[in-house]
Amino acid sequence: MLELRKDIFADERDDNLNEVGKPTQRQDMLGHVTATSPYFNDHKLQGMLHLKVLRSAHHHARLRRIDVSEAERQPGVRRIIRGSDVPRNINTLLSLINFGKDDEPSLAVDKVRYKGEPIVAVVADSEREAFEALAKIKVEYEPLPTVFDVEEAMKAGAPVVNETYPKNTFTYHDIYDHQKLRFGDVERAFDQADHVLDERYQMSPIEHAPTETNGSIAAPETNGRYVVYTSTQALFFSLDTSAKILDIPSNKLHFIGGTVGGGFGGKVDTLTEPLAILGSMLTGRPVRYMLGREEEMQYGSPRGGERIYIKDAMSRDGRIMARKMRCIFDSGAYTRLSSYAVVKCAAHLPGPYTIPNVHADVYCVYTNRVPATAMRGFGVTAVDFAIECQMDKLAHLINMDPMEFRILNAYRDGDMKAHRREAKNTALIECVQVAAEKAKWTLSDTAKRASSRKNGGGNRASIPDSIRTPEPIAASYERPIPSASSFSQPIAPSPASMPQPMSSPPPAPAPASTSHGATRFSSVFGRRR
Amino acid sequence: MAKLRGRGIAAINYPIGMNLGGDPSQALVHSNPTGKFTVALSSIDLGQGMKSVTRQICAETLGVPVEDVYVDTADSDTGPHCMGSFASRGTHRVGNAVMAAAQEARAVMMEAAAEELEVNAGDLVTDGKGNIHVKGAPHRSISTKDVAIAAQFKQGRTISGRGIFLVPLSAVNPETGEMSPATCYAHACLVAEVDVDDETGEVTMIRMDSAYELGRALNPKLVEQQLVGGAWMGLSHALFETPEPYYPEPIHGPRDFVEYIMPGPGDICPHDIAVLERPAADGPFGAKGPGEMCANPVLPAVANAIFNAVGVRVDELPITPEKVLRGIRAQGGARPQTRR
Repeated sequence: MLELRKDIFADERDDNLNEVGKPTQRQDMLGHVTATSPYFNDHKLQGMLHLKVLRSAHHHARLRRIDVSEAERQPGVRRIIRGSDVPRNINTLLSLINFGKDDEPSLAVDKVRYKGEPIVAVVADSEREAFEALAKIKVEYEPLPTVFDVEEAMKAGAPVVNETYPKNTFTYHDIYDHQKLRFGDVERAFDQADHVLDERYQMSPIEHAPTETNGSIAAPETNGRYVVYTSTQALFFSLDTSAKILDIPSNKLHFIGGTVGGGFGGKVDTLTEPLAILGSMLTGRPVRYMLGREEEMQYGSPRGGERIYIKDAMSRDGRIMARKMRCIFDSGAYTRLSSYAVVKCAAHLPGPYTIPNVHADVYCVYTNRVPATAMRGFGVTAVDFAIECQMDKLAHLINMDPMEFRILNAYRDGDMKAHRREAKNTALIECVQVAAEKAKWTLSDTAKRASSRKNGGGNRASIPDSIRTPEPIAASYERPIPSASSFSQPIAPSPASMPQPMSSPPPAPAPASTSHGATRFSSVFGRRR
Repeated sequence: MAKLRGRGIAAINYPIGMNLGGDPSQALVHSNPTGKFTVALSSIDLGQGMKSVTRQICAETLGVPVEDVYVDTADSDTGPHCMGSFASRGTHRVGNAVMAAAQEARAVMMEAAAEELEVNAGDLVTDGKGNIHVKGAPHRSISTKDVAIAAQFKQGRTISGRGIFLVPLSAVNPETGEMSPATCYAHACLVAEVDVDDETGEVTMIRMDSAYELGRALNPKLVEQQLVGGAWMGLSHALFETPEPYYPEPIHGPRDFVEYIMPGPGDICPHDIAVLERPAADGPFGAKGPGEMCANPVLPAVANAIFNAVGVRVDELPITPEKVLRGIRAQGGARPQTRR
């Protein structure tokens, strides 16, 4: 049941509209409910071949020998594709926006870095013949030490998962093994706090579990072009990735998407298109490459695990004075998109609350598991779980109602966020109030009267000076830390961060300097090509 | 041995669009000779309703009925570039691109109508029903169909428009994390009510009450479908799903939907939803986007409800019966907290 609360924020809206705001039936509804909407796999092309890949049986191993001689002689086999057949057999997805280094082959060559990594592809007349040929391929592995825990992977002497990042961590700004967030001085707040709560949270990986598994069909068109029917969530992203790996101009490819049977972030990786197109180029025939359910479950990239540490300082009347976080993303064996989620996570901290002192380090770490990728709420879902469990614990610690606790600490219009941008258009308080109303949860009159549009800004809009602590630099990068003299000043005592009555929310410490945020660096994109 | 009830809450916000921006989308809008419009996109409708919201945005902007607009998606030969359908960016980014394209097409349509009616284009308005008339003089009117015929066959004009929307890429300060990550945020608060069986550790959802703030519900039915489905996905994430139940040990990997456990129809509970609309300054008609964020508050709200019911904190997802039961045993039995 859905209720539109038109009474709230009515003065900010013009509701005099003809089509917007109406529950119009969707354009594609009839096709969906009559099972006539076309999916990529509905294209049954004449002479279509089927591609399947041989996947690594080991989590981490050197490839000593790959013998395909028997597989090549199997009935129905049209072509065996090896790493050396792939024109540019190394890529990273975000190279399209100049972020990160190429670190992942389409087909493994010298070693495998996770169980299930593709090594050889077989193109055959039928799926069955492709599977039978795969069974005849002989691979000689030399198993290598493995690492599965992110904090183990970050230790000196841990097995190197991905040689592109020999410390098992992605590189930010060419010098750091993590993304930083610094606002105010958390250590001073911990000294002054009535309560300090230090907790650890863990999210396991999860599957996108789409009804339709990842897949595509590539076929030769006229004039040396290839048409590709695909389940992708990002048509040009997949097209440009394929063009790069196959080393062909992008206008040789004609991508057609359409109805997608569930994406949730799991159909951005372009898992099947490059090999399907290559198979088509090598055979001159249409080639279909679609993951089976077991492949999708086990080797289609999942949402990666995340480990989160939160340490909070709180006054006895329930104001959060400081939040220190350490978040570690398990990227699996390759980068894919986890490097991006780390920066998004840093931007999201410390959650939708005005906290005058914030300190966070966020890491992208490599382990010997299936590469992680984007999923609904990417970079945010796990930290929201951690932050909101932590909020519940903090409220419990001082025996305060958890709804009132959130309203007390909620960000409001005009407040300064930890990434040094002013909050505007906020509505957390109103959501809490309306949810309480729905759930018949009693709020105090003070909490009911609170508003996102009142009592924000002012000294809550200031940027506190940050204490500059010495930071370790990733040893493989010998560049000095960029100078940031504005962060080395001692902070002024901040009486404003002392407890205040609830009707006026917690102010941020007064600014001790106006030189904040002046140091700008060229880009997040660590390594431009 | 008892089933113990508890309530928990969570409040969240969520950024709209790719973090740091730099993620453009384009749209092309054109009329056929009888005044029916096509929106050409390379964007993908994942089932969330991209085609429907862009269709409504286009119709609203042009001032024509929604039936006169068709949205064509997902062809790289005919649709201009779009970054993709992710990061809750469809409604905001693609919606804005369609709006810009429709504005350009509308301007040509009004010029063509003005020529036919022999008035200034600035004096004309659309009635949203397929007609253009002089402001305050509805009888001096022409249909969009007749305007399109005149534009194509008499005036030699293309009633068409191009649109792009781009939030410029933000830099990130390596030392402080200073950045401009997003231009607007959606908000939510959710209350979860659960029963916890202190003998088996099983958690049963009783009900959910929630409030979501989305800027503008462009299509309330599509919003409802997103919020109901998203909450179910959040519930599944909270209590059921993982391919690695003993993470980081890579064991017990599932191979199908028998081994990968998800809630079924019997696990769904009533969900009472309120939608708030605080328009975003740069959203199409103020819209932000309900896409990803609606799953997020369910996870901590359920965890907090379990604590309220039996006094056990499970800080590791998913919250399986095994973890709940181990927690109950470790503290020597359930410890119900203050009923809310």
